[in-house]
This record gives sequence, C-alpha cells and structure tokens, in this order.
Amino acid sequence: MIGLLSIVTFLPLVGAVLLLFADRQNEGFIKNGAFIVSLATFFFSLGIYAQFDPAQAGMQLVEQAPWIAWIGAEYHLGVDGISLLLVLLTTFLSAIAILSSYTAVTEYVKEYMVCMLVLETGMLGVFLALDLVLFYVFWEGMLIPMYFLIGIWGGPRRIYATVKFFLYTMAGGVLMLVGIIALYFASGASGTPTFNLLALTRLSLPFATQVWLFLAFAVAFAIKVPMFPFHTWLPDAHVEAPTAGSVILAGVLLKMGTYGFLRFALPLFPDATRYFTPLFAWLAIVGIIYGALVSMVQPDLKKLVAYSSVSHLGFVMLGIFALTSQSVQGAILQMINHGLSTGALFLLVGMLYERRHTRMIEDFGGLARVMPAFTVAFLLVTLSSIGLPGLNGFVGEFLILVGTFRVHALWAVVASSGIILAAVYMLWMFQRVMYGPMTNEQNRNLPDLTTREIAVLVPVLALIVWIGVYPTPFLRTTDASVRQLLQRVQGGAPSAEHENPTGTATGTKVADAELRDGGLRLTLSHSSLSDFAAASERRHGY
Amino acid sequence: MAESNLPLLLIPLWPLLGFLAIGFFGRRMSRSAVATIACGSVALSLLTSLWAVASLLGMPEGSRRIEQIIAPWIGVGGFQADWGLLLDPLSSVMILVVSGVGFLIHVYSIGYMHHDRDFPRFFALLNLFTFSMLMLVLANNYLLLYVFWEAVGLCSYLLIGFWFERPSAAEAGKKAFIVNRVGDFGFGLGVMLLWTTLGTLRYGDVFSAAPGKLDAGGALVTVLTLLLFLGATGKSAQIPLFVWLPDAMEGPTPVSALIHAATRVTAGVYMVARSAPLFNLAPFSMEVVAWIGGLTAVFAATIALVQTDIKRVIAYSTISQLGYMFLGCGVGAYAAAIFHLMTHAFFKALLFLGAGSVIHGLDGEQDLTKMGGLRRQMPITAITFLIGALANAGIIPLAGFWSKDEILFGAFASGHVMLWVFGAGGACLTGFYMLRCYILAFEGQSRNPHAHAHESPAVMTVPLIILAVFAFGVGFVGFPPDGSVYHHLVEPVFAGAGEPAAHGLGLMVAMAAVSLIMAVLGIVVARVFYLRRPELAARLVARYPGVYRVLRDKYYVDELYQHVFVGPIYRASVWLWRRFDEPVVDGSVNGIGGLVRAGSTLMRYLQTGYVMNYVLSFLIGVVAIIGYLALAR
Repeated sequence: MIGLLSIVTFLPLVGAVLLLFADRQNEGFIKNGAFIVSLATFFFSLGIYAQFDPAQAGMQLVEQAPWIAWIGAEYHLGVDGISLLLVLLTTFLSAIAILSSYTAVTEYVKEYMVCMLVLETGMLGVFLALDLVLFYVFWEGMLIPMYFLIGIWGGPRRIYATVKFFLYTMAGGVLMLVGIIALYFASGASGTPTFNLLALTRLSLPFATQVWLFLAFAVAFAIKVPMFPFHTWLPDAHVEAPTAGSVILAGVLLKMGTYGFLRFALPLFPDATRYFTPLFAWLAIVGIIYGALVSMVQPDLKKLVAYSSVSHLGFVMLGIFALTSQSVQGAILQMINHGLSTGALFLLVGMLYERRHTRMIEDFGGLARVMPAFTVAFLLVTLSSIGLPGLNGFVGEFLILVGTFRVHALWAVVASSGIILAAVYMLWMFQRVMYGPMTNEQNRNLPDLTTREIAVLVPVLALIVWIGVYPTPFLRTTDASVRQLLQRVQGGAPSAEHENPTGTATGTKVADAELRDGGLRLTLSHSSLSDFAAASERRHGY
Repeated sequence: MAESNLPLLLIPLWPLLGFLAIGFFGRRMSRSAVATIACGSVALSLLTSLWAVASLLGMPEGSRRIEQIIAPWIGVGGFQADWGLLLDPLSSVMILVVSGVGFLIHVYSIGYMHHDRDFPRFFALLNLFTFSMLMLVLANNYLLLYVFWEAVGLCSYLLIGFWFERPSAAEAGKKAFIVNRVGDFGFGLGVMLLWTTLGTLRYGDVFSAAPGKLDAGGALVTVLTLLLFLGATGKSAQIPLFVWLPDAMEGPTPVSALIHAATRVTAGVYMVARSAPLFNLAPFSMEVVAWIGGLTAVFAATIALVQTDIKRVIAYSTISQLGYMFLGCGVGAYAAAIFHLMTHAFFKALLFLGAGSVIHGLDGEQDLTKMGGLRRQMPITAITFLIGALANAGIIPLAGFWSKDEILFGAFASGHVMLWVFGAGGACLTGFYMLRCYILAFEGQSRNPHAHAHESPAVMTVPLIILAVFAFGVGFVGFPPDGSVYHHLVEPVFAGAGEPAAHGLGLMVAMAAVSLIMAVLGIVVARVFYLRRPELAARLVARYPGVYRVLRDKYYVDELYQHVFVGPIYRASVWLWRRFDEPVVDGSVNGIGGLVRAGSTLMRYLQTGYVMNYVLSFLIGVVAIIGYLALAR
C-alpha cells in the first residue's frame, strides 16, 4: 500500500514520465494532460489536509522504509503543521502555473511540461522528506528542472541567469551536504549514526558543533530565501525566467529556504539558533528596508517584484527568528501569503508581457481604462502585497510584528517602516502602469483578461481574500507544531531568558500567562522610556 | 450580551451588499438601478441605525452598550482578535452621522455624477466606503478599528484617484495613502504595545484593565497614547501629516464632502475619544493632543485666508475645524469634541456640496476669482452655502456656535488659557475666510464673462436644503451643555474624564460672547475687504507680499517634505541600487565567479594536451633539480 504522501509527491513525476511518451505534435493533449496531473495532485494534497489532525504537534501520515541500507539512509516522509500549508501551496501554485503557460510557451511544449511536473515532485519531496539524505536529493534534484526552465524558456540573458542561479544555490547546497555528513558522524557519538531528522532533533550537541553546523545549513537556506546579502541571484533569475518559472520560483522555491530554517536549522541546533538570533534578525530587517528601497527605483516590473520579495521574505525571517508563537505562525502564514501575492503579481506581469512584449514600467500608463478586469485583479494583488487589512498580507505581517514586538520592540519598530515603504513602491508602480493618461498608442487596444486568465487568477484572488478575512483554518494547522518547535528551541535556554526580565511596571501587572511564557522584553525601549517619563513628569510637576 | 435582538451587523451589511452588487454587475445595470441600489442600501443602513439607537436608548442609562461577536478572526497563542461589534452612545452618534449625512450625499451624487461614464464604479466605491466607515465606528476592538481605519484610507485612495487619467488625481490618491501609512505606522505600533502590555485589544477589557496595569502619567501609557495619536494626525490631517487633505480635493466633490469632511477624516477624533480612558492616564499626551489641535486650527485657518480654489478654502477649513476637535479632546472635553464632530459633519458637508453645486453650475470652474454674483443664478445654493458658512464661523444660533463654544469653554475652564486665545483667534480667522469665500462666489459682480451659471437640479438642491436645516438647528440638541439630550446620551461614555470644574453661568456667557465677537469681527472685516472696499485686500497684499506668498504657498510644507524626505529617500534608493547592490553585493558574487574562472584559465595552461609542452616542463624540472643539486654542493 502506497501512502498518501508518496502519491502526492510522485504523482507529478509519474505524469511526467507518461508525458514523455506523448506525441509532441499534440500540444493540446500535452498541456491538458499536465494540467490534469497537477490538478489531481492538488486534490490528493487536499486529502492530506483532510486527514491531518491539527491538535497533534508531531509528524503525521509518516511513511518509512529502508533505502540505502549501508549508510542508514531511509525513505522517510511525514507532514506536520509547518509543512502542511507549504505542500498545499506547492500543489496549488503548480496547477496555476501550468494553466498560466498555455499560450506563453510555444516551443518545446512537451519538455516544458515535463520539467514543470518533475519540479513539482522535487519541491514536494523537499517539504515532506524527514531523512537528511532524501531531503538533500530532492533539494538538489529540484535545481535541474528549474535550471532548464530558465535556461531554455527564459529571456535574452537566460544562460547567465540560470547558471548564476544554479551555481549560487549549489554552492550553498554543498555546504549543507558537508553539514549533513558532519551531523551524521556527530550523531554516531551517542549511538548509531543516523540521517533520521526526528532522531537527530533529540540530540543535544555541544555548542561549538552546533555553531558550525548551524552556519553550514544556514548559508544554504539564506541563499535560497534569499536573505540580504545573498539575494542578487534572484532579480536575474526572475527577470529571465518564463512567467510560470517566476511564479514557482517566488511562490515555492524561496519558501524552501525559510522552511529549511524551521525544519532543520532551528530544531537541530537550538543553542546556536539563539546565539545567532540577533544577527539574523538584523539581517532580516536590513533586507526588509533594503529590498523595499531598491525595489522602489526599478524600471522593470519583474525586477521590482523580485526586490519586493527580498523585503517580504525579510519579514518572514524576522518572524522566524523572533521565536514567539505569534511571529513564527505569522511567518508561516506569510510564506503562503507571499506565494499567493507574489505568484499572482508575476502572473499579472506575465499577462502584460504576453500582450506588449515589454516589462518596462515606462512603456505602460493608463491601462485602467482599457483593461478594467485586469485592473481590479492587479489592484487587489497590489493591496495584498502591501499588507492592506482585510487581505492576506496583513494577517501575516501583523502577527510577525506583534510577536516580534513582544520580545524586541526595537526590531518591530524598525521593521514596521518597511510597511510604509511597501505602500510607496507598490502604489507608485501601480500609478505609473495603470493610471494617468494613455500616452503610448500601442496600449490603446490591449485586450482585457481572457476566460483562461480569469480562471488562473480567481482562485488566487479568492484565497487572498479568504486568508485576510478568516485565517483561522490556516492558523489552526500550524499552532501545535510551532509550539513544539519553540519548546525545542528554547528548551535548553537558561531560565532567566524566559522569565520576565523587566519584572517592573509592565511585567508584574500583566496577567496573561502566555505573555510571561514568551518573556516580555521591553528592555530595549525601557531605558529610553523612563527618560521620557521623567521628562514628562517634570513637565507636569509631579 | 445583547439585550436587543437586532444584529448590529445589519447596519454595515447593507452598503456592503450594495458594493458587491454594483461592483460585480454595475456595468450591466442601468444608471437608475445603480443609483437605487446605492442610495437604498445607505437608506436601509440609516433606518437600521435609527432602530438600533432607539433600542439602545431603551436601555437604562449607564448600561447602554450592545456588544456582539460575529466570528473569531485571528487567534494565535494568547493573541485573540474577533470580528466583533459594539454599539454604545459614542458609536451611536457616529453611525447616525455616517449613514445620515452619507445618505444625503449619495442622493446628491446622482445629480453630480450624472454625466460621468464611471457612474457605477463611483457608487460602488461610495458604498464600500460607507460600509468601511460604519465598521470602523462599530468595531469592538483596536485591531478591527485598525483594519477599517486602513480600509477607509483605501476608499480615499480610490476615490481621490477616481479620475485616474488626470495625473494630479492619481498622484493625490497615492499621496493620501502614503501619508496615512506614516500615521498608521504609529497606530500599528500602538496596537502592538497595547496588546503586549495588556494582553487584550477589546475595548471593554482594555479600558477596565488599563487603570490597574498602567501607571497614570507613566512612560508606557504616554508612549502608547502618542503612538495612537500619530495615527490620528494622519487620518484627521493634523500637523505634521495634514499635507494630503488639500490635495485630496482632486476627487469628485461629493467625495470631498462625505469622506474628506464629514466622516472619514473625523475617524482620528473618534479614535482619540474612544481611547479616552487611556488618554486620561497620560496627561502629557493630552497636552500634546490639545496643542497639536490648537496649532493646527490656527495654522490651517491662516492658509485658508488667501486660497483661491473654493474647495481648497473649505479643505483648509476642515483641517482647522478638526484641530478644534482635537483641542477639545486634549483638554478633556471629549463630549464637546464629538459634538463638534457631529455639527461639523452637517455644515461642512453642506459647504462642500454647495461648492460642488457651484462647480457643477460653472462647468468645472473652481477658481473663486472667476466667480462672483452667483447668488442671482443659484439662489438655493447661495442661501444654503451662507448658512453653512455662518455655522462654520460659529454664529449664534447656528450649529457650529454651540459646539465650538463648548470646546473653547472647555479649554478655558481646564486652565489652558493660551489655547483658548488660539481658539478664539482662530474663530476670527474662520469668520473672515468663510465670508470671504461666500462673497467671492455669490456676491458682487460676475468676474467670468463666459459663465452660464445655472441652479442645480432638485436631486442636488434638496440634500442641500436638508443639510442646511441641520446645520441651522442641530446645535440645539447640545444646549444647554449640562442638561441637553446629547450630553445625557454621550457623557456617560466619558465618565471619569475628570469633571470639568464648575463655573458660573456668567463665565460661560462671557466666553461665548467673546468667541462670538471674534467671529463677527472676522465677518465684518471680510465684508469690508471684499464687498465695500475691494481695493483694501490688494493693498494689504502689496504691503506684505512676503506674508501673502508664505500663506498662499501653504508655508512651503510640501516643499519641505519633498526636500527632506521624498527626494533624499529616492536618491538613496538609486544609490543603493546602482552603487551598492549592483557593483558591491552582486559584484562580489560575480567577482568570486570571475576569480574561479581566472584561476581555471591559469590552471588550463598546465593541461594543454600537447606532448611538447609536457616535455618542456619536464625538461625545465630536470634542469632545475640538477641545477639545485649542483649549486647546493
């Protein structure tokens, strides 16, 4: 009996293999076939959601079988609250991406669809693998179809971009491989060496070992995220990738980095995580502001969206490293949100590109008059991207910020300024593309969305609104697993870190137990606050 | 929880349904169907609101609150925020103003927007706004307030930029959104701080927990309230974030009336009043609120003195009047502030709609210097505008007099004599610019030979007349201040704000007389300047050209922000991209790649594949070894 997780993971691959035998002239069959396979995968993944018990923190639907016996590597899959939503996002966006490329891809359609399906299996494997060797195989294996997607169906500088993407990610991956092997031997010190993630997370490694291994993993993940300053492969890859490639790249691939932190770096090396927290939090904050500023001045729509991803992923990283239940759950939700919003942005930019064969902002203007349906979709996605309340982005961002504020008010204050900047660069872009007079004659007769395009966009837009209005079903799935993760990360910490260190004015008066657990740390702002208080008291003569 | 069976959700639900219906199907509907749905939904809201308020009044005084939780919204760990609604006397006043004034403006818009090809989009957005604004004032917690706080900002963005083909309109919409975001940055942090300190965001829990958990006058509550107030300065266009409101006049005039005068911009005042239990714990913040309000009141009034665009005069007047409301909040006269909010909603909507009627009648002309003498062609507009102007100027017995006077009395009674002087001085300026505006538009001779002015249709003038009746009479619900219908209803919400010190009736009358005299003084001067001896104004300008330019150019605040914030941030971004991201961050990545390649190129010479090369290096090696051995000997 094959488990559900295996079915979901390998169904696209099976579809890809079958497509290899299809007649390459029959493009309609190939396109529809690929779409049906991805759609079927999506429905099977909904089955995972149906069987998933959100009350349990641990791995569910686990499948385990011997694989490479002589080193102890296993075929080991499982899903928990951290990976479930990402699996759903992957199957959802893959189907959307395949449907979106019906007209965009005209050459080598068969190979293209095969690549897309193989890629889907790779991504799903990354999110489901619980054995480090298996994980590594998926992690690196997924690069190959992506390499071809950019390199064959990409823009003019596609070779430069795809080689850069491949080598950059590969460099990080190799470091991680070293880390995996070192971890394997380290685990041998207290028993049989193993690649089993669940067994490895129960280890308590010496601090020095943790630091080195954490760095080996973290660099690989940080490149993938991408975290400032490892982000420069992203704009190139995005600009050159075909639309569906960008959707998958932004929607899913980047999440593999943030997922890696949650699944591996944090629980495997809890002491090192706490040690590196300030560094990563500040890099994340720099990324938020830096990405937003650079995004603001981009003349190319795809580059603008690419840099905005650096900013948005900065929020996710900040949420992860703030290590509170709000911030981490917000970060997971924000991964989904970013996948939807940025995925949709790339879809929309792709639709413009198909019509006008340009992505330069200056070539557009006044499109709202000729493309009303497109305008509504674009507006909604833009607003979602800038975190307008009522749409998905707000819930994630707010949870990240409020969770961060609890422990480090200063981080949240600085990061919040990124929300202002997001409004600046997105609305300015929207204004230049959609508003104003129609200055370019070539835009005058642009057709509005086709039925297929509407079919591509509506599910994404519906989710954007749904998560904004009623995020409970999503947040419920992540709750227990995140709690367990945080216990693991903070388990070994000296207790002083947990207890309320202020213990004064605010601290003693706060009744909420949950607050005390996480440790209310307003220390950063506190000294300045008391100066301020003294000043204001003098002013009033108390 | 609820003693009434009426679901509060109904009140905002109608316009939401209207928005969805028009938004999805509006382009396939006839105009009259769109208009019916839009106005009908707001009318239903108004009726539902009246019903809800009536049932609230049926409850015993002191326990007048209906709270209903609709659904959970965000729940993570100890963080919980719901979709919950709260009706209490404060929100009652607000929903009546929003749905009442909103309904009249919807009706008026049928005439005003008649020729616009985006008629359905206009009404869809107007309904969306009404929904958002009703939710804003009905929300039962700070996070939901924040949600609709930004949602009304979105509606502003979309409606200011309604004529998006005009670059100035698109620009103004964006500016409004971004300036508001700066304020919301503070508000958002305030909400986070609030939750971190109190562990809840529900009004009821916050206000009951605050006195116990926050030290009165302490740093925490001071910072908290100042953060909230930063949000209010953005939304309600106060110093330093007022710059977006004048530009917001790019939107259609009914939008200016509904959103940028009567309702949305008062959200900041509402929020401060709602947070009264927090502000009362932070005397320093109260001082800040009062001073920002007082300064803005005078500052904006001085700019209004010399503006020549009829809508901009009224826009600066709005900023100024909002300043009065904050002044009221800051001195603890919350009830007076909300009273002024209410009266202002009527007379300012009236003024904007009157201006819209003028603009409509003159085919889009907004320049006061090109008007004049319109009283003859547009009698209804003229008389209603005059009522609005006098109400705004605070002339007895019109609505503005009672509410403004109460605020000024509150300032004086609480010992803020300086602020009282500001407020009274502002009253004089108000009288001047309001009457100047009226005279330039309606009195004297026409200065526009091409104008074929005509009175607006009944669908526009009837709302004007109704608003004029309210602008005339609504002040009486708040008189006398210590026993009126209004104060009976609203005061309990602010109980504990510290009772204003009891002063004799004599002082009250004296204060009222002073502010009235100031306003009349302004009016008389305006009459002299613009009716009796028009050359005086020109002579004054010639005498003090510098002062005139500074006022006309709005103290150069826009230019200041442009040079201090916008320009440098833009240049820094370009620098980051061109001089840092590309050459340094990406450069080092490509540099590493280049190094590897260069290294490989060098290494390649070792493996050319030619036997001769290998023999040569072999030979060199042998010679070197032999040489070394020979020399080492």
